[in-house]
Amino acid sequence: MSSIRLSAAEMGAALAKGEITSVELTNQHFDRIAEVDTAVHAFLHLDKEGALAQAKSVDAKRAAGEKLGPIAGVPLALKDVLTQKGIPTTCGSKMLEGWRPPYDSGVVTKLKDAGVVILGKTNMDEFAMGSSTENSAYGPTHNPWDLTRIPGGSGGGSSASLAAFEAPLAIGTDTGGSIRQPAAVTGTVGVKPTYGGVSRYGLVAFSSSLDQAGPCARTVLDTALLHEAIAGHDPRDSTSINSPVPQVVAAAKRLDVKGMKIGVVKEISGEGFQAGVRTRFEESLQLLVEAGAEIVEVSCPNFDYALAAYYLIAPSEASSNLARFDSMRYGIRVGDDGNRGAEEVMNLTRQVGFGREVKRRIILGTYALSSGYYDAYYGSAQKVRTLIKRDFEAAFTKADVLVSPTAPTTAFKIGEKSDDPLAMYLNDIATIPVNMAGIGGMSLPCGLAPEDGLPVGFQIMSPVMQDDLMYRVGGTLEAALNSKWGHTLISQIPDLQVR
Amino acid sequence: MGSHFDLADPRFAGALVALNFAQAMEKYEPTLGLEVHVELNTNSKMFCSCATEFGGSPNTQTCPVCLGLPGALPVVNAKAIESTILIGLALNCSIAPYSRFARKNYFYPDMPKNFQTSQYDEPICVNGYLDVEIDTDEGPAKFRIEIERVHMEEDTGKSLHVGGSTGRIHGAEYSLLDYNRAGIPLVEIVTKIVPGTGKYAPQVARAYVTELRDILRSLGVSDVKMEQGSLRCDANVSLAPMGSGKLGTRSETKNVNSLRSVERALFGEIERQANRLENGERVVQETRHFLEDTGLTRPGRSKEQAEDYRYFPEPDLVPVTPDAKWIEELRTKLPEKPSTRRKRLQTEWNVPDKEMTALINAELLDVVEETIALGAEPTRARTWWLGEISRLANEKEVEPTSLISSANLAEIIALIASGELTDKLARQVVEGVINGEGSPADVIAKRGLKVVSDDSALMVAIEAAIAAQPDTAERIRGGNIPAAGALIGAVMKATGGAADAAKVRELLLKHLGQA
Amino acid sequence: MAAISRDDVAHLARLARIEMSAEELDHMASELDVILGAVARVQEVAGQDVPPTSHPLPMTNIFRADVVKPSLTNEEALSGAPAKVEERFKVPQILGEAE
Repeated sequence: MSSIRLSAAEMGAALAKGEITSVELTNQHFDRIAEVDTAVHAFLHLDKEGALAQAKSVDAKRAAGEKLGPIAGVPLALKDVLTQKGIPTTCGSKMLEGWRPPYDSGVVTKLKDAGVVILGKTNMDEFAMGSSTENSAYGPTHNPWDLTRIPGGSGGGSSASLAAFEAPLAIGTDTGGSIRQPAAVTGTVGVKPTYGGVSRYGLVAFSSSLDQAGPCARTVLDTALLHEAIAGHDPRDSTSINSPVPQVVAAAKRLDVKGMKIGVVKEISGEGFQAGVRTRFEESLQLLVEAGAEIVEVSCPNFDYALAAYYLIAPSEASSNLARFDSMRYGIRVGDDGNRGAEEVMNLTRQVGFGREVKRRIILGTYALSSGYYDAYYGSAQKVRTLIKRDFEAAFTKADVLVSPTAPTTAFKIGEKSDDPLAMYLNDIATIPVNMAGIGGMSLPCGLAPEDGLPVGFQIMSPVMQDDLMYRVGGTLEAALNSKWGHTLISQIPDLQVR
Repeated sequence: MGSHFDLADPRFAGALVALNFAQAMEKYEPTLGLEVHVELNTNSKMFCSCATEFGGSPNTQTCPVCLGLPGALPVVNAKAIESTILIGLALNCSIAPYSRFARKNYFYPDMPKNFQTSQYDEPICVNGYLDVEIDTDEGPAKFRIEIERVHMEEDTGKSLHVGGSTGRIHGAEYSLLDYNRAGIPLVEIVTKIVPGTGKYAPQVARAYVTELRDILRSLGVSDVKMEQGSLRCDANVSLAPMGSGKLGTRSETKNVNSLRSVERALFGEIERQANRLENGERVVQETRHFLEDTGLTRPGRSKEQAEDYRYFPEPDLVPVTPDAKWIEELRTKLPEKPSTRRKRLQTEWNVPDKEMTALINAELLDVVEETIALGAEPTRARTWWLGEISRLANEKEVEPTSLISSANLAEIIALIASGELTDKLARQVVEGVINGEGSPADVIAKRGLKVVSDDSALMVAIEAAIAAQPDTAERIRGGNIPAAGALIGAVMKATGGAADAAKVRELLLKHLGQA
Repeated sequence: MAAISRDDVAHLARLARIEMSAEELDHMASELDVILGAVARVQEVAGQDVPPTSHPLPMTNIFRADVVKPSLTNEEALSGAPAKVEERFKVPQILGEAE
């Protein structure tokens, strides 16, 4: 009897009780992957050898009577933007085809220490730039709810692997919504911790002041368990917070929002969003009221400029972060026929190694930083960032957490928006402000849109270093929704039509 | 120095006029700007914990951070911050209460990230000065060089060019890269523009770099060896017509690897620029390379467009805000300024200016101080190092300090003071020590060098000298004391320098009734 | 009037070391023109008195002690190299000169 549909917490409990071994559980997941991943394409690389070795090691420790953590021996899918020593790390790009890092990222070290079994690396938009995973150099990932649709991006592989029951846990990274928006369109849970809450050491940088790795799972509690496993100070990351890990597991279990003030942000509350998205969002607000919370309306007027500022700051930092990919020390090399100089080889390599969206953002970022344009573009965007921070600070004096629909639409069709960059960028309109201010953000499933039967995500935003608040509200809402429906949302996913 | 320009040189074919340096300085005023890079002597690199030791096997002192691997992040070396603040304080700078790192973006294979983590508009130290003294026609003159900023950055890797006709960069087949040096902390010291040096520009520049080097050495923050690259100087100079009040176009000269090269490079650049201007040509703003063998400069890579570094605040690092208390603590750690030390020593030793300058120029100050500390009498210590030891060193074409240790010389000087050696004998001891015959005591024993101070033995020689020069002896008896010198000299000669000259004089005068 | 021209893009592509065909340049110029039009609105609210934010959290003075730790081995350092000679990274000839 396969355990792949259990939650991670349930798997952990079963492992602890000896009802199943990690090796068995791991093999069940590899079987599932073999069955469905040709259709889903969530994974770029599977590490059967490493995963089973870890599983075996955890089983041995447990057999020896060692006390292990709640997710020790539980499988996990890792977004291919985090380094894992000796394992291919491509960041969804041709540029790093075949590259095996000589070092583990901070996140991977923590996962290994927690006894988590890393099954493999998941697909993503190239260098984390995108909202659909269509920008991967290795082909798109397909949404398990409807294989003709996108799973969100940039972390579509991670969210799809969860929805397809290929893994109960996944790691994503979020710069403008790349954990939360995929979670929303796949009916799973994803959290972007407070900036600095999880180490960025070994996280291949897209936009350094916005990037953050975070936990993804099918339930709020699972996400919390993973959050506690990966969070914490890393002295190798100068932007890493040196404070105790927030008690998010306890918060997720609290199931109580009585007396809490929940702020609906006027500017991203759903105007212009798909009707079904708004409907499910408002129904969830109602459930929170019934649970004892108070809804207040807040206005963050500068959010109207967040998207514009983001699409100046992120490309600017990216243009600098991606300069290292020049074929000299690692990655592919193109055009080195003995007759070309280094600069020419760099130019050709970067022409071939980077995809369209990445090149677009590098050029845009180069422009925004260039002499004569810095003040008008990058400089101005950094000021908008200050204004957004102030808006959040003001809003948090009126509410404990802020909420919005996670994304303006449900999953769109593969190819639908890929020719219109601006239309694509609008997918992040509700998620971007969170990264700009460095606060915490969560998306959890709040229903299926009536018009298309596709998942809708509910976003919760908590103040800096108070991630526990979003888990408290998220856990309560999830329980209320499951109670209302009589089942979890993900249990309603149609069986994958596997060819 | 003479002019380098020869009108017969084909490069000057068609030139209407050729000026030498002196002529150039009559018509044009130079303005200087100096940028000095200092490699700090921290144990680990600026942003990672790799070793900074020189001479390691290629690519064995690298890690994800200094290799710029995807996902790597920098963490600032606390000691590097401290060293930089010390440098700023020693240069009379203000330490910024808030300073930040910035990315300087450009592509070059020796730069692993294709950006350098440096500082831009918020450097850690600003607005200082350094006073230098040079010799002019009118005697010693002081110049105050104002310092714009002192900031931190990181060094690049090293490239080796293989193949091609000369093995130099042009025409090389490929290049090989070693990143051991990448990420070593560098401090950049930038002067404000330095006007008003006139024809002394090259000397002022050299004096500035020399004084800077001495300060850095006294702070113990760097090896400051120009030949090894732990101290690098880029010299900027522009010329404007005398009295015009304008500023000319400047050139930047790199690859200046010694103090002497600083002076020569500026000398050559000023001549070059003056000759262009005289012949109606513009001076191009460019980077040039100094050529050791000719003393001239050649153009660097011609860039089609000036590089736009697209500086922005480094997002992977947080601001540096040294508190006032820490800065004051560091200020107490500052050692005596080299210039203050030199003045103090001059007073203590009672040395005239000219001799002091000679000592400083010969870089013998430290060893003289050492010798005196070991008990040698100051004047003798100086005279021996500046005189006999330097003379021998020149002959052998080595550094004086490599010939004999301060300990050995101090011992020899002590023996002179106690009368056990005469100057002449001492010279033989020095020779013996240098030749490797052992310690001073060994040499004295082996060679049987002993002062003759036995009265009766001396009297024999004295009487012989008197007998040989009866007229001189008569003059002495008559009260002409100075004439004794000739007789004393004769006794010294007869005893092969082994006589105690003072004793000879005493006995002689007594004998001739002039005691 | 276009905010960004084809020549602008060509210049930027040079700065960013990305070779682009004529077609790529044209395409990029028109796309960026649209995007720049949309992002330029940041100037509307970026007043003089608003300080820029470079770091989301107000941390300062994060340092590490000047202690040496083991480096990668030569093999590990060169493990990703497209080309190497003995212990060094081999790269095509560098035509310019170091800064």
